[in-house]
Amino acid sequence: MELIRLEGVSFAYAGRPPVFQGMDFSLSQGQRLGILGPNGAGKSTLFQICLGLLHPQQGKVYARGSLCQGEKDFRALRRELGYLFQDPDDQLFCLTVAEDVAFGPLNLGKGHREVQRLVTDTLDSLGLGDYGRRLTYQLSGGEKRLISLATVLAMQPKALLLDEPSTGLDSERAAAMEKVLDESNLSWAMVSHDQSLLERTCHNIVRLEGGLLKDLP
Amino acid sequence: MSEAASQAQAAPRVKPAPTLDNALAMGPVGRLDPRAKLVVVFAYSLLMALAYSPVMAALGVLLGFGLVAWARLGWKVFISRLVAVNLFTAFLWLFLPWQISLGQSVWGLGLVYNPDGLALALLVTLKANAVFLALLALLGSSPVNDIFHALAHLKVPSKLVTMFLLFYRYLHVMRHEYQRLRQAMQVRGFQPGSNLRTYKTYAQLMGILLVRSLERSERVYQAMLCRGFGGTFWLLDHFSWRRADTGFCLMSGLVLIVLALLQWSGISWN
Repeated sequence: MELIRLEGVSFAYAGRPPVFQGMDFSLSQGQRLGILGPNGAGKSTLFQICLGLLHPQQGKVYARGSLCQGEKDFRALRRELGYLFQDPDDQLFCLTVAEDVAFGPLNLGKGHREVQRLVTDTLDSLGLGDYGRRLTYQLSGGEKRLISLATVLAMQPKALLLDEPSTGLDSERAAAMEKVLDESNLSWAMVSHDQSLLERTCHNIVRLEGGLLKDLP
Repeated sequence: MSEAASQAQAAPRVKPAPTLDNALAMGPVGRLDPRAKLVVVFAYSLLMALAYSPVMAALGVLLGFGLVAWARLGWKVFISRLVAVNLFTAFLWLFLPWQISLGQSVWGLGLVYNPDGLALALLVTLKANAVFLALLALLGSSPVNDIFHALAHLKVPSKLVTMFLLFYRYLHVMRHEYQRLRQAMQVRGFQPGSNLRTYKTYAQLMGILLVRSLERSERVYQAMLCRGFGGTFWLLDHFSWRRADTGFCLMSGLVLIVLALLQWSGISWN
């Protein structure tokens, strides 16, 4: 089952050389894709286009085979694809951890009791059971990163778009995160410049270079 | 979570922001429902703002001191904030008691002592302190988060509450960013002085902060969209109204009515 597909996407930020020119990308259920690329190769831009946060000048975005045309289509897509931002301070905008984790599920219209349970379960699964009442702006960088993952997981997505997920994590926390991801039945696309991380966590790896995705040699 | 504690200690700590959080009191006032406190402090501030007799304002100050004592806030926090507020009122004492008298020519301007001005300065100072003390005692004894939530529960427009919440959340991020930039300047030998170069550098610093916060606001909005934001900030916590809250509201209402009667019942204060 194909979750998302980009076809012939071209994108450039205003006044800058194009990031993508006629690029294709797809992610299917069950796939765990690693995307390797140097800084500034357009890794984050790729994800933002997938979720309709940026609009390509050319090309089409398909979700489950049907064309995404407006905000409404992307809104449905964003429930299925959880996006882990590169900077956790962008992702954690509520004052307490519990509220932040609850934000997504509440938006999805889940009941109060169910949300409370989801929050507890998600935090427990990441070993952060006692973090609910903590203030987000007082957390360390690594803690923020894990809570960000919790906010994404609490929406029970089918797949994840992970933007440099191990940045700021010490080896112990990074291992914990890899374990949680590995034991889940989630698919994902993960961008990183850390090839060994991608080799450990992904089934196949592609390289983003010159605005195109290429297989690793 | 000893691991978390050690990690928190290893991370470079910046000095805590001067926010209401630091004044958190666990006295009886701290346990009151923030909704009750908000309603009372609003009514009280309104009454004090309308007060026109110094006796009434002085009563308000006394009441304020009583509340602060009841809230058991730390004395250090209390004094430092009292000083900060009264730095402003000090200017009133400096300027209000003087009146400019016009002489024959432009050069003949003179300053004349004006007792009415002095009375006005006294009144404003008393009123400002009365309101400040009540705010500190009642709102300063709840976590900021709870106060925002109480506002939402009291049906303050959700746009406003969302704005307060995001403002407070990102104030901390901005402060960290500012401190990082300052440190970056310091390690490259920047020493502030009273010269054009310093002003230019600070202007750049402010400019960068502005641009960065603009970019961040876009990313935060994207993050909100990704999690299905549709305009509503849902509330997770619900407060529980206790008997003590009803009692507090009734008592405060009584006091406010007595104060209002004292003010507007026609008793002459002079």
